[in-house]
Amino acid sequence: MHFNVADVPQQLVNGLTLGGMYALIALGYTLVYGILLMINFAHSEMFMGGAYFGLLWLNILSKQSFFTGSAVGLVLLYAISILLAAIMTGVLGVLIERFAYRPLRHAPRLAPLISAIGVSLFLQNAVLLWVSSRSIPFPVKFPVYQYTLARDGSGSLAFTVLGASDKIVDKLGQGAHAIVQFSTLQIMIIVVTLILLFVLDTFISRTKLGKAMRATAQDRDTAGLMGVDINRIIAITFFIGPAMGGVAGIFSGMYYGNIKYNMGFIPGIKSFTAAVLGGIGNLRGAMLGGFVLGMAEALASGFISTAYKDVIAFVILILVLIFRPGGLLGESVVEKV
Amino acid sequence: MGGSKVDIKTSVQSARLTPKKIALYAAIAVFLVAAPVYFQSIGNVFMVRIFALVGIYVMLALGLNIVVGYAGLLDLGYVAFYGMGAYSGVLLGYVFQKLVGGADAPLAGLSYWALLPIAALMAALTGIALGTPVLRLRGDYLAIVTLGFGEIVRIALQNDIFGLTNGSAGLPRVGETIVTAAGQKWAFMHLSTTTFTFSKDLFWYVVVVALCLLTIFVIRRLDNSRLGRAWVAMREDEVAAAATGVNIMTTKLWAFSLGAMWGGIAGITYAYWVGFISPESFNFMESVLIVCMVVLGGMGSIPGSIVGAIIIAGLPEVIRGLAQSTALSRFLTPEQASRIGDYRYLIFGGLLVVMMAVRPQGILPSTRRARELTSEEPIIEEENTDLWEVEHKHDLPHKL
Repeated sequence: MHFNVADVPQQLVNGLTLGGMYALIALGYTLVYGILLMINFAHSEMFMGGAYFGLLWLNILSKQSFFTGSAVGLVLLYAISILLAAIMTGVLGVLIERFAYRPLRHAPRLAPLISAIGVSLFLQNAVLLWVSSRSIPFPVKFPVYQYTLARDGSGSLAFTVLGASDKIVDKLGQGAHAIVQFSTLQIMIIVVTLILLFVLDTFISRTKLGKAMRATAQDRDTAGLMGVDINRIIAITFFIGPAMGGVAGIFSGMYYGNIKYNMGFIPGIKSFTAAVLGGIGNLRGAMLGGFVLGMAEALASGFISTAYKDVIAFVILILVLIFRPGGLLGESVVEKV
Repeated sequence: MGGSKVDIKTSVQSARLTPKKIALYAAIAVFLVAAPVYFQSIGNVFMVRIFALVGIYVMLALGLNIVVGYAGLLDLGYVAFYGMGAYSGVLLGYVFQKLVGGADAPLAGLSYWALLPIAALMAALTGIALGTPVLRLRGDYLAIVTLGFGEIVRIALQNDIFGLTNGSAGLPRVGETIVTAAGQKWAFMHLSTTTFTFSKDLFWYVVVVALCLLTIFVIRRLDNSRLGRAWVAMREDEVAAAATGVNIMTTKLWAFSLGAMWGGIAGITYAYWVGFISPESFNFMESVLIVCMVVLGGMGSIPGSIVGAIIIAGLPEVIRGLAQSTALSRFLTPEQASRIGDYRYLIFGGLLVVMMAVRPQGILPSTRRARELTSEEPIIEEENTDLWEVEHKHDLPHKL
């Protein structure tokens, strides 16, 4: 691999897309860890589940000519599919909490971890049995354009829009080369992710329910004594996290073009890394961690090696934990005796 | 505590061999010898393989039990040491074969036995190398770092690191074979009759069982040693243990490297038995399954780890085996049988959840833990869960 500075902007844009997905998944880890102090190993299956639910609704809704006829229809098709899939994934998360984790609140620490692994195995195999072990194409029904900032043949800056089959040389003449390209998909993913992150952050920091969640995360017992319905707060947490993870799953399906029953594992682990990187239990940390990790991975796969791109996350994880265990935005943990 | 002395005496007494226990051990021993020989004699090699495979997992579970059960360090990357043992064993095996003059040389068969301690040492050293920087971390953080390490090792193996591991195609490479272990041919020739063949799988089953017995022996000795007591002290309260003079770092490193060592032993044995290894055999799910074995069986308990390994490694295979067996063919069509086989991990995942809800301390929790917790009140199990809450400070009021 050779180092080429000119590729940096492009890698950063790809990293932003990737980072958005990681941030969305990382939220789920950090919310659950903040409140229950447990790593929800089944969360990566929420990502996978969201992708399948999304596909399901896309297939159902695109049978209605209203949704495929016009541009507004297409926007609605995706908006409604994503919304319904997110709700379904959220409900799935709540059900998992109710039946797999709630009975274990007083159990030895490892018990919920094992239970989560059980849930994860169960969901993966359920999808494997009911759908198949093959990877399934995920349709993108709207036209995808590349928005390109480029230098044209004479070397001056130019902005152009390319369709799926257009070549940059045809548009801008010999010697033209792209500096940075965004696709419609990437713009959609980044914008929707940022909106979701903003809404969630506002929800947590401004609303009464968000306050109750923060109180529960800080001290469950005291929050309970102050009249916070702990079970309800935990259920809400297990709705929000999986719903966001589900949206990330749909984005991943659209971005990579296919989904598979075990697609959750690697993004799940990386997003957990993102959550730890930002300071686990810290919501803004998870968002920041997601984007930092996405960028780092994109740059590393561009300049070091694509084969080792999955290693980057783990190396970052280990370094962070050794040198700054609290994460970027986390407080350093003081040992209490 | 006036009565505590008496309590300890009675519980020590109960740890001794009683006629009932001797009968149980004898029954297990007879089963361990008779069952695989029976399956071999009726030509059901599949079952013999399951027995040997379960034996490997018993060894892995016992090894991880040192780390998770005794020392209380959650290791989610245990499979890295398993892979380390397997890969270093096979790679050094090639070197060994070159040194003694090729795969056909009379000494080549010794490679497994000669490399067994070396692979164990390599894995233990890897354990120390990883443990030294990361063992300062606690709880979930350690779990995640070890997980990351396990994945790094797998990805490195997959990407043909240093041009040694042949990537995802695995070892052995074309033209380089793993030589059968010394003793295998001898046993094959002398123990076979006209109606009974002593197979390769049966040979490895015997080796695995012997290694398991060795493991159990060593761990039992460790359990009552100064080191074992330091582990327990550290597990229960790290700060208090450090205050009473336990060197936390050394104690953790011992646990980590000893656990890793058994991973390495299991790894080289698996590699020589199967004769082929690829990074796919050392993925994260394996680590998770081994942790599940330890927790399901009951942490810190030798019989627990064994039972956990039998259930988790054996049960899905047995479900599949039974579904396809001739005994059930009267009731099931082949499609139905293969459907049941497909459902085994679904069932297994559900079982894990139910099991944790019903009995989170595991099937056979460690007697020592129970003994430590036995005070004036005779309620052992509830004390056990309560201690966990106190230890981890996550308890909620029971009714909100």
